Amino acid sequence: MENRKLIKIATAGSVDDGKSTLIGRLLYDTKSLTTDKLEAIEKTSRQRGFDYLDFSLATDGLIAEREQGITIDVAHIYFNTAKTNFVIADTPGHVEYTRNMVTGASTSQVAIILIDARKGVIEQTNRHFFISNLLRLGHVVVAVNKMDLVNYDEDVFLKIKADFEVLVEKSDFKTDQITFIPISALKGENIAKHSELMPWYVGNTLLDHLEVLEPSDLHESTVARFPIQYVTRPRTEAFHDFRGFSGKLYGGSLKVGDEVTVLPSFTESKIKTIHFFDQEYSEALPGASITITLENEVNISRGDMLVKSSELPKSEKQISATICQVNSKPLKVGDKYTLQHGINRVLAKVESIDSVIHTDFTGEVSASQLKLNDIGKVNFRLSKPIHFDTYHDNKSNGRFILIDEGSYDTVGVGFID
Amino acid sequence: MSNLFIPNPKEAESIHILREVAAQFERPVLLFSGGKDSITLVRLAQKAFYPARIPFPLLHIDTGHNFPETIEFRDQLVAELGLELIVRNVQDSINQGKVTEERGRYASRNTLQTTTLLDAIEEFKFDACIGGARRDEEKARAKERVFSVRDDFGQWDEKNQRPELFDMLNGRIHQGQNVRVFPISNWTELDVWEYIKTENIAIPSIYFAHKREVFFRDGMVWTANEHVYRESYEEVFEKMVRFRTVGDMTCTAAVLSEADTLDAVVAEIRDSTISERGARIDDKRSEAAMESRKKVGYF
Repeated sequence: MENRKLIKIATAGSVDDGKSTLIGRLLYDTKSLTTDKLEAIEKTSRQRGFDYLDFSLATDGLIAEREQGITIDVAHIYFNTAKTNFVIADTPGHVEYTRNMVTGASTSQVAIILIDARKGVIEQTNRHFFISNLLRLGHVVVAVNKMDLVNYDEDVFLKIKADFEVLVEKSDFKTDQITFIPISALKGENIAKHSELMPWYVGNTLLDHLEVLEPSDLHESTVARFPIQYVTRPRTEAFHDFRGFSGKLYGGSLKVGDEVTVLPSFTESKIKTIHFFDQEYSEALPGASITITLENEVNISRGDMLVKSSELPKSEKQISATICQVNSKPLKVGDKYTLQHGINRVLAKVESIDSVIHTDFTGEVSASQLKLNDIGKVNFRLSKPIHFDTYHDNKSNGRFILIDEGSYDTVGVGFID
Repeated sequence: MSNLFIPNPKEAESIHILREVAAQFERPVLLFSGGKDSITLVRLAQKAFYPARIPFPLLHIDTGHNFPETIEFRDQLVAELGLELIVRNVQDSINQGKVTEERGRYASRNTLQTTTLLDAIEEFKFDACIGGARRDEEKARAKERVFSVRDDFGQWDEKNQRPELFDMLNGRIHQGQNVRVFPISNWTELDVWEYIKTENIAIPSIYFAHKREVFFRDGMVWTANEHVYRESYEEVFEKMVRFRTVGDMTCTAAVLSEADTLDAVVAEIRDSTISERGARIDDKRSEAAMESRKKVGYF
């Protein structure tokens, strides 16, 4: 694969903000829509009596969505420019689908929040920005869409910008992490080309802006965490004594010779070798799926974690976390779940629920349960300690999912406080 | 000596997924078609478990209408890597009366594969089937999860999918359920081709331009041989063609091409204006063809 940078984007907007149209437009303007797909869009647009190309047809995939003309599940869309690979997680904007935005944003570094220029900042905008803040995304683009319907009026744009900046002050974002762009997805204004109809806007087009983002700005670098996924034991003649610990490295790099501690046993050792396929390396960067061997024999199994001895995480059986409930069965005090922290699973009991948080930056209220799409503060007692960092300090080691013991469904996602 | 390993993010993600499959399931299997995507999966699995062997077998559902070049390639790859290969035949499902051969102009065994696949899953009690599907292929696939839970009937409940958060994969299932796993979900067709090129991975010869007897129908190039129904007025030509996707002969159209090297193929894909599945006759049946097939247990 060519070494293009990879930028992952979540898009959020309310019904009819033109999100699907924007994505279709991005695909069209980057020549990512192939002739056959374009023909299908032209055909269906004509059938529906439109005098324009309905680019939303490029992404609304499921039969039910096409019937209802809405988006009901996260769709992943891919396009490239010469320098960058983009992945868009297109998340639906309905109130009841908050979980989809959390899901889509969880794999993204950037959010594009769409605002209808005629409607301005609405309750849904607050929620989308709240989730971007909760997930600590690296960057937010506020795309003020449908500028064509407000005569490309700068005052409309400035009013929305000012309203949004009030929200930014309530969040953890710094102002340089937020960018405002006036666009018309339908007409292609300020998407790939500068709009002549909005000469007052001197910033980058949306596509130019997405291209100048650097993954390094968007990935936090913190301390190394290496959860062991799989113990590799070939038991072949050539590798008779080979005992490798395989996993994905998060947060920071690891080097041969690093003094490490294995959790939960707190056994200390040193990194002997770092392997990727049939090559050995002296150092690996975060994000690498590697195999490590240690200087001395250590008892390690799946779910254990290897860290630098000077950078130990917290190890506790009581944790407090912000939970987003993604299942229709509510979370209540006394409920038991399997808590999957990275790849490690323990049993967890809900000890207490402190509050449900208003997702529009207006505070919180006490509550006895978390319903679907609620976000709240929850305290858990665990069957065994987990070795974690707060989500604030280390995103990869500060998150978990809750699995229902009956249905085995993923019912919640947690961010450790 | 200092040498730094800089990961390729998409490759690292796929390896992470394959290791989760090996760790979370008792009887995983890799669905192998002999196409470039499943060949790429085999390479990724090699990398995930090296220096140990790939800890699961390959399963090929043979329609009996595969290109002989693909079968030859499959057997060679399996022998070279010392892999376990299981083959189950659609012909057997037909003989057992479980499915009926399609008739007529667009007859294909592509849909029939589903029954043979579900029977094989039951026979071997596979709990995870690893496939090479990608989200960029098709609209319904864009909504597919990496771990996609199927019920006892192999059905995909698209409106009730488990949310997948970050890279935490939940493979817990009930008896009788199984999971379809898609490690290269986030790759594009171009990513796969560029990877094959960088890694120097061998692929079947039909991916490169070669002379073939073909005929033209519905703007597509069809293979002319005994497995593909052809009207008497549909004239056969000898053309330089290659295949962009390799499935069953009855549902895979060729493209006219002179690209006979990997470099030429990659260049052609990069400049292409027709999508990969645009050459899949099975997808042209209706706008929702893929979703309907997936719901009943298709790959």
